[in-house]
Amino acid sequence: MAIIEVEGLVKRYGEHTAVDGVSFDVEEGEIFGILGPNGAGKTTTVECIEGLRTPDGGRISVAGLHPRDDRVRELLGAQLQESEQPDKLTVGEAMELYSSFYREPADWRELLETLDLTAKTGAQFRRLSGGQKQRLSIALALVGNPRVAVLDELTTGLDPQARRDAWGLIEAIRDRGVTILMVTHFMEEAERLCDRLAVIDAGRLVALDTPAGLVARVDDRQRIRFRPSAPLDPAVLAALPEVHDVQRAGAQLVVTGTGNLLLAVTTTLAAAQITAAELRVEQASLDDAFVALTGRPIPS
Amino acid sequence: MSAVTRLTATETRLFFREPMSVFFTLAFPPILFVILGAIPAFREHEADLGGLRVIDLYTPILVVTAITMFALTGLPQQFALYREKGILRRMRTTPVKPGGMLAAQLIMSTVLSAVATLAVLAIARLVFDVRLPEQPVAYLVAFVLCALAMFALGLLVASLAPNGKSAGSIGMVLLFPLLFFAGLWIPRESMNDVLLRISDATPLGAGVQSLQDAAAGDWPQLLHVAVLLGWTVVAGGLAARYFRWE
Repeated sequence: MAIIEVEGLVKRYGEHTAVDGVSFDVEEGEIFGILGPNGAGKTTTVECIEGLRTPDGGRISVAGLHPRDDRVRELLGAQLQESEQPDKLTVGEAMELYSSFYREPADWRELLETLDLTAKTGAQFRRLSGGQKQRLSIALALVGNPRVAVLDELTTGLDPQARRDAWGLIEAIRDRGVTILMVTHFMEEAERLCDRLAVIDAGRLVALDTPAGLVARVDDRQRIRFRPSAPLDPAVLAALPEVHDVQRAGAQLVVTGTGNLLLAVTTTLAAAQITAAELRVEQASLDDAFVALTGRPIPS
Repeated sequence: MSAVTRLTATETRLFFREPMSVFFTLAFPPILFVILGAIPAFREHEADLGGLRVIDLYTPILVVTAITMFALTGLPQQFALYREKGILRRMRTTPVKPGGMLAAQLIMSTVLSAVATLAVLAIARLVFDVRLPEQPVAYLVAFVLCALAMFALGLLVASLAPNGKSAGSIGMVLLFPLLFFAGLWIPRESMNDVLLRISDATPLGAGVQSLQDAAAGDWPQLLHVAVLLGWTVVAGGLAARYFRWE
């Protein structure tokens, strides 16, 4: 069942159309990612879902409710980009305060335990590291026992280790039964975490699929690079039905094709008593998929 | 505890973690009052002032100073800072919404300026032998009207200021002329006609006179009540019109 439905969402800022007819559904219990370069309209889209912005067109529902409906405030927990807490507020006070906002809050001490912040309960916000502030913002997003958590660029600015830790947390939250809608511009993050992805570019939805589905859709071709142990006429390989193209790159040959390409190529080489040195098989990644979908690499 | 009660308690706790603002808002008016009262000439009965002493005139001035410190330094700066840091925006995604924060800040400012007022009145009575207000109810009404007008002005500053720092500066710029017309440097009794007319039209001038009248056993004059309500409605209306949560 879809917990969030977005249909034909349009949001303009003056002349600029930030979101231009985006539609997708987020199913209950999944980790749904919105992927795209900076300025693609990802944050604007989730802010419309959170009720922070009023769309200029289209329809959004959260658990069947209008995003501005007060009942949505109880069932959606938000982690915003660049949102702080008062400098001298302690972690425990922030948790206590935000628990008081909700009818049925979660046990905030247990949440801090889960997020490995218990030791920081008495620490003031200004004394926390970047990773600790991010973990507190997750804790605050979850303290109301939400059905959906919206996480916007949660891991931006974190070091690689802290980012990996955050991924583990996000999976743990999903395992508690919380649906997660997350915005990211990290391919690795999207590939590793998300059940499904909406790829947004320049305000438009360019693809909606699982990470594996996106990769497969873009390019089912494989690429094999190797250095033949003896001179080889490329036409021999090019004649194989699996092979689309053979290119020379210095001493190496680059063979692209589909199907059981590797077996076809190695069998042909063996018959000619040639071995393939420095053999590498390359498959399309989510990065390649992104380039194919949007015409340019994602700036990281 | 309800959300607004919890917010008020938390904001009050945060307030007491800033020693400088505690000093200027809560401690400064009573301390200034004691310093002024320490000047022997201010404790002499003056025929010019209808037999009152200068210290008698300063009592209501320091009461409105207490209100003003919260209204023009604490409230706008805090609000603009919370907006700048995205705290109000974050609260928009919760069931209390930022209106809860507005309520908490107003409750805290009212209660703490009342505390500073009570401190001034206690010092006045116990140390300088100033008589307690003859019309306590009228005194309370004058205090509330003055607080309303000043908090509305403070929220207007919060609405117009782009960030916390500029809210603090705008508040400071307003602070001095308003306190001048309250009579902090020249009590209203010593002002010439022009200054007095202007003072009557300012929230603090009207506030001081209303407190003074209540202290003497009269109800505030219609002019001053109208001035205070006018400031509340106009500044409050403009604040509501230009208020931004983000």
